[in-house]
Amino acid sequence: MAFDYDKWIRPGKLPHIWCPGCGHGIVMKGLIRAMDTLQLKKEETAVVSGIGCASRLPGYIDCCTLHTAHGRAAAFATGVKMARPEMNVILVGGDGDGTAIGGNHFIHACRRNIDMTYIIMNNYIYGMTGGQFSPCTPTGHKASTTPYGNPDPGFDIAKLAIGAGATFVARGTAFHANQIDKLIVEAIQHKGFSVVEILDDCPTTYGRRNKFKSVIEMMNRLKEVAVPVKAAEKMTAEQLQGKVLTGVLYKDETKPEYIVEYAKVIERAQAVKK
Amino acid sequence: MSKKVAFLQGNEAAAHGALYAGCDFFAGYPITPSTEVSEVLSLELPKTGGKFLQMEDEIAAMAAILGGALAGGKVMTSTSGPGLSLKQELIGYGCIAEIPCVVYNVMRGGPSTGMPTGPSQSDVMCAKWGTHGDHPAICLVPASVQETYEEVIRAFNLAEKYRTPVMVMPDEIVAHMRERIVFPEPGEIEVIPRKTPTVPPEKYKPYDTSFGDVPPLAAFGSGYKFHVTGLNKMQDGFPTTKAEIVQAEEERQVRKVDANIDDIVTFEEYLLEDADVVVVAYGSTSRSARYAVNIAREQGIKAGMFRIKTFWPFPDKQIKALAGKVKGIVIPEMNLGMCSLELERCAQGKVPVLGIFRVDGEPINPDQILDKIKEVK
Repeated sequence: MAFDYDKWIRPGKLPHIWCPGCGHGIVMKGLIRAMDTLQLKKEETAVVSGIGCASRLPGYIDCCTLHTAHGRAAAFATGVKMARPEMNVILVGGDGDGTAIGGNHFIHACRRNIDMTYIIMNNYIYGMTGGQFSPCTPTGHKASTTPYGNPDPGFDIAKLAIGAGATFVARGTAFHANQIDKLIVEAIQHKGFSVVEILDDCPTTYGRRNKFKSVIEMMNRLKEVAVPVKAAEKMTAEQLQGKVLTGVLYKDETKPEYIVEYAKVIERAQAVKK
Repeated sequence: MSKKVAFLQGNEAAAHGALYAGCDFFAGYPITPSTEVSEVLSLELPKTGGKFLQMEDEIAAMAAILGGALAGGKVMTSTSGPGLSLKQELIGYGCIAEIPCVVYNVMRGGPSTGMPTGPSQSDVMCAKWGTHGDHPAICLVPASVQETYEEVIRAFNLAEKYRTPVMVMPDEIVAHMRERIVFPEPGEIEVIPRKTPTVPPEKYKPYDTSFGDVPPLAAFGSGYKFHVTGLNKMQDGFPTTKAEIVQAEEERQVRKVDANIDDIVTFEEYLLEDADVVVVAYGSTSRSARYAVNIAREQGIKAGMFRIKTFWPFPDKQIKALAGKVKGIVIPEMNLGMCSLELERCAQGKVPVLGIFRVDGEPINPDQILDKIKEVK
């Protein structure tokens, strides 16, 4: 299938700010393919972000776009969606933005199960500020603020989302580019809060400090650690050591969606209205 | 037909004022002493088809109303001191992205948790200087339940007219006392709608100054698509670091208020014609001040009161004029001297500014004010 990328890129807004080798551009292309596949209406679609490299993505997409404050994308987006439930609301951002400063908004958006899709680009680092460790930096790894190695254990974003109540959780990687749009399409079509974590890489502020010799080496790592959920079923715990599951990890179509539930609140309130 | 009358608390009146103004989206977080606003709106908003959200924290509540406003909602949040501190970054977002919204803040003792059930007037500087960077500030300080109702309506109107966050800041006494309130009829008080674009979507720019200092604001989902950011922006909404654009935009944002001070500033003058001593007061403190002025008059002292209704922008012009006429200014306030700094700035050393500063959670009583009036020679 041929995709119309030009239709979705805002005229005059490229080149983007991302470094050579960064995975965010791959994710953006995946998002565009998903939007194109679903034939979303630009005027009826909002792309909302926080702050950071990944959060600059909305500026390049030709629809209603909202670049909010650090960590606050989910809370702003909840406002947009509640005021205009008919809109498609897609959140994008990085791991630091979404799980550190925005962690509270993230888990509560999951809990409410409001019909929005959150694409988290996890490159394990605060790239825009120069490579400080994030809640997703692996233990022992180097960042500009963990010169002796990171003492913190990291978050598993997908498990966090499932635990908090999101009803669609998927994971992909920037290496598996062709899978990204398929995961996003399914996430957008899901009625409820959907989370798509895409593992990508920051060669500039993470790779160099952690002895990755090239972008290709980083990409190969993504290729090697990723195991599709189906394949994992046939693998032993030992074989899964150090691997990351990809694909649709969780789907629950029984939990009530928030917009639908709130419509019932309005119905009940209007029934008692005197 | 006689008008509807009720016996209401200030916070309840604020919620009903919001409904009169057409508020259709509210997000809040529980905090003493302003929670009643949330409670009333959680009951009333869904009846009108509006949305009430209790968010996960104060910041989220502020973010949600900004998002709601960009999607076309008339929005409000309510909070108190600690919550106001938490909301400050996003109040700045509202200022730079020019998003109309109302922030209702009940002033309790501070800093930090302070005295949650005690009154104070110590957030008035926070209303102007709380968020970082240069920005416009509008802050209304009602003194009665009726006025709280009306000032919330005015706050919505100012937010729409100037496309900026507006604060309403009653002290805890005004917010929690109960008084008779007379509800206006529909249409009796003007409700100003949002200025929306008249140009077709392809020509729309969210900060198009060819329409003046307050450009029309489209809603997401209304057929217009545009970009909003908290970065310094160009007329089309996209970020810029071009010096001349940043300077011009920052100046315009502040000018929206500064060039319209006479439209925004409201006040009450009480027995000022022949006054030698003026008590400048706001909020519940003005009620003690009025009492003190009356007693002073009975005792032959020519006292009067200038009651501030709009704290920001500050009524510079009026205070400067008074400073040229009277022998002294008395300022009672439930903080350690905030309004008094503004009065000293406006008085320019022409007359003494005598403060009565109380932060013990007790109201300032008329005797204290009367004693201070008598100190003016």
